[in-house]
Amino acid sequence: MSPLLKLEGFKLRYGAVEAVRGIDLEIGTGEIVALLGANGAGKSSTMNGIAGLAPVTEGKVYFDGNDITELPSEEIPISGLTLAPEGRRVFGTLTVDDNLRMGAYAVRDNTSIDASRQHVFDLFPILAERHNQYAGTLSGGQQQMLAIGRALMCNPRLLLLDEPSLGLAPRIVEQVFDLISTLRDQGVTIFLVEQNVAGALEIADRAYMMASGQIIREGSAAAMRASDDMSAAYLGEH
Amino acid sequence: MDLILQQTVNALALGGTYALLALGLAVVFSIMGLINFAHGELMTIAGYVLMYCGLAGIPFAVSVPLAVLAPMLAAMAMERVAFRPVRNASGATMLVTSFAVAMILQVLFQNLISARSQPVILPDALSQSVTIGGLIIGVNKLFAILATIVMLIALELFMKKQKHGIAMRAAAEDFAIARLMGIRANTVISAAFALSGLLAGVAAVLWVSQRASVDPLMGFTPVLKAFIAAILGGLGSLRGAVAGGFVLGFIEVFLAAFLPSAWQEFREPIGLSLVVLILILRPNGLIPAATLQAQKV
Repeated sequence: MSPLLKLEGFKLRYGAVEAVRGIDLEIGTGEIVALLGANGAGKSSTMNGIAGLAPVTEGKVYFDGNDITELPSEEIPISGLTLAPEGRRVFGTLTVDDNLRMGAYAVRDNTSIDASRQHVFDLFPILAERHNQYAGTLSGGQQQMLAIGRALMCNPRLLLLDEPSLGLAPRIVEQVFDLISTLRDQGVTIFLVEQNVAGALEIADRAYMMASGQIIREGSAAAMRASDDMSAAYLGEH
Repeated sequence: MDLILQQTVNALALGGTYALLALGLAVVFSIMGLINFAHGELMTIAGYVLMYCGLAGIPFAVSVPLAVLAPMLAAMAMERVAFRPVRNASGATMLVTSFAVAMILQVLFQNLISARSQPVILPDALSQSVTIGGLIIGVNKLFAILATIVMLIALELFMKKQKHGIAMRAAAEDFAIARLMGIRANTVISAAFALSGLLAGVAAVLWVSQRASVDPLMGFTPVLKAFIAAILGGLGSLRGAVAGGFVLGFIEVFLAAFLPSAWQEFREPIGLSLVVLILILRPNGLIPAATLQAQKV
């Protein structure tokens, strides 16, 4: 079976800084794949490049067999891929409802929007409770839930999650990881960037390890958990 | 007491016009960081449409919608031709571009229409007045206040309830993420310009109905005032633009009415000093934009 997402010789450069130096990776339908690595390894750049937030300098991105490398970010949610970005970036001046409505902006079918909204409220009852509140007044954990919920509103087949556990209380982190497993069980493929390596490897099927813009290791999550050079990669001494 | 009420009506009429103009500037600024000094020329276009409609004997009820539609289309054309190519350039580049657009249009008006002020034929009813509770109010003033109220309510509903209005607010807060939701940059920016053109058109109808004339530089002064109002309110903030417009209207009208005659020639500097004083007390404006607040630590 062909992979749902495939990167080939993927490079991304900000000015003179080469953030991603040519990586290849594949994600199959129904998988949870983690992208690990230290700060500045190029994980978020990879995510942003796939979602069209940053221009890909070289190489190709295939989603479901189609080349989406040059597609502007505004066209990407229509294809079934979306990103819950680093730092949540919910629209603080919009209500929870309106944030979700914007998440479904690319969706034309109103019944499907209502169903997605109900689905998000089932996953996150607290959002249903605060649906009329401005997103800027939510706590960090609630904003993270809203960011994920907003991403789910366009019925993605592939959800990119960039640091969903960053800055959250340990109890909430656990909830977020549980939720990611639930989503996969509901048929959403997940590509996840995480600093919380232990947590990510617990729910992931496979993982890639990045350092200095390159992939230095890949394998099953179980094998990665067992290996000793994980900590080395985090200290940047690969 | 009557004099104060009378001047309040005048201040509401003038402040409302400033508020509509400042809103037009703020809508565009909040989305693309451009201060569009060619906004005044959108007013002038509306003024000329009113003039030609008057000459052609077209009834006012038809010429007003035309005078509002023309700057909407002109604003969208302006964005497509002049501002889209510099969309990702610095704020200074966009500002200079807007000056260039303003000057080109002024020269076109001077050469193709007339360098001199042209009279605009208006319905007689506008120059009459009505008596409400002992106050004599010009119909044109009443018309301005009502039009402002209707526009502000319509804009509020659009921005709060309509999918495209909400998308505009989302884009103003975080453009990159809004695009990630599938909100098209070209569509939302074009819509912002159309909205600013609509507001300039309504403001122009109100402005011209007080003066009954139009000239190539007509838009300059009111838009300069609207710019001050937008800064006073908090640049990029829509509520701020409205507040700033009304505050500036009140300052101008009340200084003109109550400043001793020996001081009248210093009216403008005194008014601007008050604006500066407000800005010293509230450097980000009366109601700062939320995004600006987030940047300020």
